[in-house]
Amino acid sequence: MDILYKIFLDPFVQMGTAPDLFVQTLWEGVVGGMLYALIALGFVLIFKASGVFNFAQGIMVVFAALTLVGLYNAGVPAFLALGLTIAVMFALAFAVERIVLRPLINQPDIILFMATFGLTYFLIGFGEFVFGGDPKVMITEQLYLPKGTITYKALGGVVSLQKLDIAAAVIASIMVAGLAVFFSKTRIGRALRAVADSHSAALSVGISLEQIWVIVWFAAGLVALVTGIMWGARSDVSFALDVIALKALPVLILGGLTSIPGAIVGGLIIGVGEKLWEFYWGPLIGGGTDSWFAFVLALVFLLFRPQGLFGERIIERV
Amino acid sequence: MRAAGGPDVAVGDVLLSVENVSLSFGGVRAVSDVSFDIRKGEIRAIIGPNGAGKTSMLNVINGFYQPQEGRITFKGQTRAKMRPHDAAYGGIARTFQNVALFRGMTALDNIMAGRTLKMHASFFWQLLRYGPALREEVEHREHVEEIIDFLKIQEIRRVPVGRLPYGLQKRVELGRALAMEPELLLLDEPMAGMNLEEKEDMSRFVLDVNDHYGTTITLIEHDMGVVMDLSDRVVVLDHGIKIADGTPDEVKRNQAVIGAYLGVAH
Amino acid sequence: MLYREAGQFKTNYATDQAIFPILQDRIGIIIILFIAFVVIPLTGNDFFINAIMTPFLIFSLAAIGLNLLTGYTGLLSLGTGAFMGVGAYACYKLTTVFPNVNIIIWVIASGFVSAAVGVVFGLPSLRIKGFYLAIATLAAQFFLEWCFIRIPWLYNYNVSAAIEVPQRELFGIIVTGPRATAGTRYVIVLTFVVIMTWMASNIVRGRIGRMWMAVRDMDIAAELMGIRLLPTKLLAFAVSSFYCGVAGALLVFLWYGGAESTVFSINESFTVLFMIIIGGLGSLLGSFLGSALIYILPIILRFVPPQLGLPLHAATVEHLTFMITGALIVFFLIVEPAGLARLWQIVKQKLRVWPFPY
Repeated sequence: MDILYKIFLDPFVQMGTAPDLFVQTLWEGVVGGMLYALIALGFVLIFKASGVFNFAQGIMVVFAALTLVGLYNAGVPAFLALGLTIAVMFALAFAVERIVLRPLINQPDIILFMATFGLTYFLIGFGEFVFGGDPKVMITEQLYLPKGTITYKALGGVVSLQKLDIAAAVIASIMVAGLAVFFSKTRIGRALRAVADSHSAALSVGISLEQIWVIVWFAAGLVALVTGIMWGARSDVSFALDVIALKALPVLILGGLTSIPGAIVGGLIIGVGEKLWEFYWGPLIGGGTDSWFAFVLALVFLLFRPQGLFGERIIERV
Repeated sequence: MRAAGGPDVAVGDVLLSVENVSLSFGGVRAVSDVSFDIRKGEIRAIIGPNGAGKTSMLNVINGFYQPQEGRITFKGQTRAKMRPHDAAYGGIARTFQNVALFRGMTALDNIMAGRTLKMHASFFWQLLRYGPALREEVEHREHVEEIIDFLKIQEIRRVPVGRLPYGLQKRVELGRALAMEPELLLLDEPMAGMNLEEKEDMSRFVLDVNDHYGTTITLIEHDMGVVMDLSDRVVVLDHGIKIADGTPDEVKRNQAVIGAYLGVAH
Repeated sequence: MLYREAGQFKTNYATDQAIFPILQDRIGIIIILFIAFVVIPLTGNDFFINAIMTPFLIFSLAAIGLNLLTGYTGLLSLGTGAFMGVGAYACYKLTTVFPNVNIIIWVIASGFVSAAVGVVFGLPSLRIKGFYLAIATLAAQFFLEWCFIRIPWLYNYNVSAAIEVPQRELFGIIVTGPRATAGTRYVIVLTFVVIMTWMASNIVRGRIGRMWMAVRDMDIAAELMGIRLLPTKLLAFAVSSFYCGVAGALLVFLWYGGAESTVFSINESFTVLFMIIIGGLGSLLGSFLGSALIYILPIILRFVPPQLGLPLHAATVEHLTFMITGALIVFFLIVEPAGLARLWQIVKQKLRVWPFPY
């Protein structure tokens, strides 16, 4: 009986009796979720436009952040460093398209997926080689990102929100909205969707695969840069790869691989779910559950809806 | 040469019948209220223009698709839904429109895979590859070699099927289906993409299988000459509906059939 | 000239389907086994045996395990590290609770424990495929890793959350623990690997191997041929996890001498996956070749450049290892997706006709 109470009643009682804590945890979950969603967005972009599941998106986030900070620490002024980093991400996109994607054009998806594993490892090694493996501080002030906290006295207690987090949420929303519009309304957006559907069909109507891929990976690189800045601002820039890249995967499962709104919804569900679970139920089983909760949640989801919340139902034909 | 499950059906009796079968996917009606039967020992053709629902019909018989309405009676047993496992164990084998061979394996292994149903040696013996497991491998290898001889594909036994030319792939696929010792063999466009010589070879194989092994055959085919020459009876589908059913001659003269293929003058 | 098969006729199917039908291959294997069992323990120095041969064999075993699941059955798994861990911790618990039972028995038993866990985490494969299944295996990886830290019972409530291998004997010779010699441990690992490789080879050449490959290549056709998908996939998870579990137990008991949860992290999963990608998916030989290349690479990087006058920091070696591994993966996927094993086949093909060009 005591156990049942602890699992099914007590956490909700806690939520009710300390609503300020609840809102605080909720907010932190939302912010975390937004950041996951941003990483997932990079995945969705590339997948939607080229059918490639780019496992290296996570490391691209880290790499972009490292380049920015590295350049600044080497003496380059903040906004110039930003511009140079954008150029570096473009060069990276170009190199990836030329060296990895083009030779693998007609291979099955799983081969391309594994190639992005190789790319990930290469970028980890390369990043550490060039920039060193120790954690670095993001140049938040220099980029004019807000610092400090807003504190509300509400709900019987105190709720404090980091201004940076609010900024992150706003920026993320703008980016998502922009991308959604881009895909559905512009000519290039349509071309991207065509390429994702079928490489050969797109080629036959005259779409240049190479150009499209460079554009898309560059866009993903930009998303990665923004994500890297936001992420690095909250907690130093380091190679905690399993947190960054892999957590985006459950988000993609929930939201589907091809849906931009899906990435957001998925991110929020995972972010909020994870935080609430760890805060209210975690102590019952020893804590530290945020290493696996997202994945188990995604797994449970997959059992009922193998294509995710927003994904397309796959109909197999023989 | 009998497959397991169900009472023995005499030659000439109904082996399988579909009754009022309807199948839709997400709003598209592939098959509407189709009924026909297949008699043991015959060669039955299913023909019709593209999109008529022929492959879907085969998929229903095979258990791959479950129809929303209708029943399938096979060897006296009536089911609302046929499961792939029941079909396979009952003695139904098939080939596919787009050659569904196991690309990572050799021709020999593909055909040996067809014997899986009949191999029962336990995991323990498999680990040691001794005793019952080894005896089984050899015994079934002998059977498969008979099929390889029959189809004249000895030279390509050890070639990974992905590297074989299309015509040979189709032959290996036929071999794999034959390895299951089926009572009913479903062939989905076995002659597609073949030149005249290959078609003649394949036709001969189909007739031989029917003669030699007594296997009932149902085939989907577009080449009218082949259909007329090979089949005992023909079913014609158009837009998912059955529009004719009878001997090749009867069907050839049927107005609805002619209209479906050539278009009706307005 | 050397590698001709001419004149070697098989007069029955049993010999035709044998593991090494060609005489030269049989001789080759006997020579390799002789070197492995006799020459190396007698002539190799402790460092070579302990830092190179033993771990190479252990990782080859894990690679075979993963290859059975991913290469032969087509189920991509990122949980190898965790399954190795299950084997290791299971062996630890079993031997500390029943110290008088032969350690070899516990190693095998821990394989079964790992197999059971593997089956549980393999259940989703009924409904989930491809990348999604890979992500489900990540759930296994992270959850089990969490268990290794947060369930103190597993490491006998040791304050440092690490396990230390107790001394065990076999026929009077010390085999585990700090006083066991490198040679002894090597021979035991070698025996396990040889026997289990032989068994794996038997399985993949028979009915089960064909069922797995059928599920990998075209599961719809396989199902329509009467192959039941779920039991086949679960068997793959079970056998694969068995191999990984034994490899994990050997890793801790006969090599490291101890462990903590970080030993079985996601990095291990990726390392083994890279071994089979480079070595060759769907090839037992490839598991060995890939293990050799990936495992030996950092060792080469650490020792060769100083000889050439270019000393490298330990950190740089690690970075270079990552970069070269990543580059090799991409390279192999582009140039030879069937990995080193296929390259070896091509070499053998050339040997068949040597000295003629074709």
